[in-house]
Amino acid sequence: MTQATSSHRSPVTGTAVASKRRRLFLLDLYSTAVGKKYVMAITGIALMGFVLTHMIGNLKMYLGASELNHYARFLEELFYPIAPHGVALWILRGGLLAMLVLHLHAAYSLTVLNRRARPVKYQSARDFQIATFASRTMRWSGMIALAFITWHLLDLTFGVVNENVGAKDAEGLKDVYGNVVFSLQRVPVAIFYVIANVLLGIHLFHGAWSIFQSLGWNNPRFNKLRRSFATAFAAIIVIGNVSFPVAVLAGVVGN
Amino acid sequence: MSNKIKNLTLKIWRQLGPTTKGSFETYKVAEISDEASFLEMLDYLNERLISEGKTAIVFDHDCREGICGTCSLMINGQAHGPQQGGATCQLHMRKFSDGDNIVIEPFRAAAFPIVRDLMVDRSKFDRIIESGGFITAPTGGAPDGNLIAIPKPVSDAAMDSAQCIGCGACVAACPNGAASLFTAAKVAHLNRLPQGQPERFKRVESMVETMDLYFGSCTNHGECQGACPKEISVDVIALLNKDYRKAKFASRKDLAR
Repeated sequence: MTQATSSHRSPVTGTAVASKRRRLFLLDLYSTAVGKKYVMAITGIALMGFVLTHMIGNLKMYLGASELNHYARFLEELFYPIAPHGVALWILRGGLLAMLVLHLHAAYSLTVLNRRARPVKYQSARDFQIATFASRTMRWSGMIALAFITWHLLDLTFGVVNENVGAKDAEGLKDVYGNVVFSLQRVPVAIFYVIANVLLGIHLFHGAWSIFQSLGWNNPRFNKLRRSFATAFAAIIVIGNVSFPVAVLAGVVGN
Repeated sequence: MSNKIKNLTLKIWRQLGPTTKGSFETYKVAEISDEASFLEMLDYLNERLISEGKTAIVFDHDCREGICGTCSLMINGQAHGPQQGGATCQLHMRKFSDGDNIVIEPFRAAAFPIVRDLMVDRSKFDRIIESGGFITAPTGGAPDGNLIAIPKPVSDAAMDSAQCIGCGACVAACPNGAASLFTAAKVAHLNRLPQGQPERFKRVESMVETMDLYFGSCTNHGECQGACPKEISVDVIALLNKDYRKAKFASRKDLAR
């Protein structure tokens, strides 16, 4: 049943009905904490989709330099000739950046709201019952992952801290494989890579579960699977991503 | 069962008023029976303080049988103390051991200002209820019992959330000071029943927006569920989120008319 408050008829009495000025639907939703959690969840799904695709794509490095470099070429040529060279990829990157910015803005404004909700902290130690390490460190794991993304882009996309970026392979393609090997052979970089991905996994462990609550996807039939899904998703991402620096340092990739 | 006697050290938050600075004070209590309730232990301490000419410790309490939602207290970092599914008044001293240190602090949230010592003002919950936690039933003659047929699973689910006694432990336990579990329980109670349907979306919209004025946001820690004396599940928060989204779509449709 829906609300029966509005009708096509004017009010029975002659009383004027003040029309409440409404904001645009999405802005109206975003103005509340519940709406912001919807934004967190939806952008989270988009970012999870990216992280998974990115990890699967990188598995190509186990098939050799040519395979990975052709895959990189394929991404640049996505939807060619409908879209000019690289355009589809830049549209995807733009969408991804928008998702990241919205995720950060929602997280920031909710954090401000939450700090205001308890200006005086508990003066004795809390004894948490259900909150996990992951749920309580979302801000930190998220911020360190963000710092890693910045480094990662400077390293492998823009080549600011990677001398190999710009080199071509034997087939005249961009030497993405060589860039990865050059980057991860530096031990401090590899260590940062591993730490950031473990933290990303911890972030996903809570985030991938939270999505269901925030979007109101609750059904006794599948509620128990939500935790398993989040654990499996986080584990797959961490195992896949951490394998790359380990493989490069072990010499499995790069020789 | 033997009636054991305990000696305890209590660290209790003392604060004269909402704006004054408070601090912990340490009290020793001796010969506390296992069978005493936590509040009786505080009564015992208060009687001693009064007889010594000191001011008694102020704390909230009323029915002392776990149904009114008046008692509160953060005991050793847990709302309503170290027990599941019960309010502070239902906490007994057998949960503690001889020689224990017990830290007692008031519930802390911007929306729950301290009145004095351990007593807090939880009237912001009333603001949320006023904005939609009711049904506008006709107040003529009382309708016949069972006039509206309600499927058993529906009434059970509604009853689960209707158990909320509004004690505020969810807010106190939440690291964000959010009232999502309270609001969601009240919304779920009425939105699951046929009597609540006519105002279903208006209710969730205004209750969520009132909640936003005073409380933090849910980040799905689940601490509220652990602290709730009625063990209300965070599942009701998912229902709140779903109904809020639907309400926003519904009100957009209304505008288009």
